[in-house]
Amino acid sequence: MFNQFVNLFKSNRTSTCVKMSSSVNNIASAKLFHTSEGKRHGEYEWQDPKSEDEVVNITYILKDGKRVPVKGKVGDNLMYLAHRYEIPMEGACEASLACTTCHVYIQSNHLDKLPTPTEAEDDLLDMAPFLKENSRLGCQVVLKKEYNGLEVQLPQATRNFYVDGHTPKPH
Amino acid sequence: MKTSSIVSVPKINITYIFCYKMKSKLWLFKRLYSQQLPPSPKICIVGAGPAGFYAAQHLLKKIQDVQVDMYERLPVPFGLVRFGVAPDHPEVKNVINTFTKTAENPKLRFLGNMTLGADVSLEVLKKAYHIVLLSYGSEECNQLEIPGEEFKNCINAKRVVGWYNGIPKDRNLEMDLSGENVVILGQGNVAIDVARILLKSVDELRKTDITSYALEALQKSKVKRVYLVGRRGPLQAAFTIKELREVLKLPSCSTIWRKEDFTDVEKHIPKLKRPRKRITELMLQSVNENKVVEGQKEFRPVFYRAPSRIEGYNKNKVYMKAIVLCKTILEGDTDHIHKMRAISTEDEESIDCSLVIPSIGYKAVPADTDIPFDHNKGIVMNQHYKVKKGLYVCGWLGTGPRGVILNTMNGAFEAAEVILKDISEGHLTNEPKGGFEEVKKGLNNQVVEWKDWLKIDKVEQEEGAKLGKPREKITDLAEMLKVAAS
Repeated sequence: MFNQFVNLFKSNRTSTCVKMSSSVNNIASAKLFHTSEGKRHGEYEWQDPKSEDEVVNITYILKDGKRVPVKGKVGDNLMYLAHRYEIPMEGACEASLACTTCHVYIQSNHLDKLPTPTEAEDDLLDMAPFLKENSRLGCQVVLKKEYNGLEVQLPQATRNFYVDGHTPKPH
Repeated sequence: MKTSSIVSVPKINITYIFCYKMKSKLWLFKRLYSQQLPPSPKICIVGAGPAGFYAAQHLLKKIQDVQVDMYERLPVPFGLVRFGVAPDHPEVKNVINTFTKTAENPKLRFLGNMTLGADVSLEVLKKAYHIVLLSYGSEECNQLEIPGEEFKNCINAKRVVGWYNGIPKDRNLEMDLSGENVVILGQGNVAIDVARILLKSVDELRKTDITSYALEALQKSKVKRVYLVGRRGPLQAAFTIKELREVLKLPSCSTIWRKEDFTDVEKHIPKLKRPRKRITELMLQSVNENKVVEGQKEFRPVFYRAPSRIEGYNKNKVYMKAIVLCKTILEGDTDHIHKMRAISTEDEESIDCSLVIPSIGYKAVPADTDIPFDHNKGIVMNQHYKVKKGLYVCGWLGTGPRGVILNTMNGAFEAAEVILKDISEGHLTNEPKGGFEEVKKGLNNQVVEWKDWLKIDKVEQEEGAKLGKPREKITDLAEMLKVAAS
């Protein structure tokens, strides 16, 4: 089942890439890298950095404010890296830009260093609850050396789903 | 067993005495007591869709010693991921991989072909489990309640989706696609999905897991024009930008807006929030590109129109001729555009059509008479996921049909947290429960377990491979059960 899906994505993705505008290239090529290597998504993130040159230190900030420092490496996908370190970030569509379950905020001054989101990523972000200026989809962020020190915050989950009578507790 | 209970009894006594001496630490005792003593909770989830799977995932992650049984009416899992997500959105279905991992956890048991309210009652489940979590979704569609709704070719979008996605009870849907004009009432993403399937080239659909009979019917379809009718204006449109963009980009299909629907829209743009702003800008850009191209299919969004009646040729409601729409005006605070309401006027417009597809929302139904149900809202009554002691709800059944998978996921996780809290605070009964072994005693039907679903899955993929598709779904219940039992 998985392989057939992957094949489908490959063809979908290629055609989408062609249609997409300029800023896509970085992300798209990074994504294609995984599939063209014939690897299952997320396996690359399980390899430890081979040298210090590769290391990108980042910090995940959980919903409760807990900070989890992680030693990532160049080329790691922010979402799959989170999975490796059991950060509670989902990835329902497996990085195929079809959901918003890996919605994160990019903290500090790193936002400008990231390539601008693609049209497809922006379209999905529009559906994410608690959208902010620094919102991104974790699965679309691929680590570079200059992201060292990056802080990624997970959004709070709840929105408007309280039924009458319930008072949400302050976080 | 015996030895362990003998050992554990003095252990608790010691803790008790210790804590009794240090009264200030009584809370600690309570905590330890409540966390240690309950037997491994037996949890029952009703409905194997996204809400049920996400709740199961969270419960399995957080409780070491637990048994989660997931009851599903159909012999196949995944609910709307299998039967709701459009066949040309395979990437959305990737979530099946995560669900499968959850299902393969030895502490989870999938029990397919089990209908709450028919094969098993809520009363029985409540007796057999510490916790019952209802997550069977929104079953029914809202009715139009206009004259002519009984026309044979007025078919609810839910059934159309069920038909092309292979829901057993919709597989024999008779939909006449021999006319050129189709009117879809409603502008949500389901409406857009149906429009796209009707407008998309059959060769594109052939590569998807769409049912073969639907493909055959779409191949013969004469549909040329699909109207997407909404009561309110472009600033209130319910579809989301991703879905709209997809239709705009459909090859050999032009999108034709009514320019008059967009007067005044532009002036609102500066004060719109980002998502609404981006989709409005996209619409305005597309309005400027309006063009009828000879030989192309047409997607025609229509705003400010409410359905009034469906007209046709004969009394038997077989031959539909047109739908009559009332013009509407918006009423309310222009600073809260999304809250403005559409009011029908006397002005009417008629659109010739031979197929009307209402897509005006779903509502849930109580599967069992014992479920406290709010019929107005079409949801199970609940206070932050809790219905009553030991009974919980999550997913659309508790919130109403809205939101994307992220909302359902977060809701399911939260519901699981509420359950965990009630377990750790000792709000649930400590008496041992029989679980499925007890439920089984009163059962007559064939239960489809996960290993049986894998057989169905295998056959579907093999049949699909022969046709160059990811899968060819089995749509006949009897056949599903036959394969499951093989």
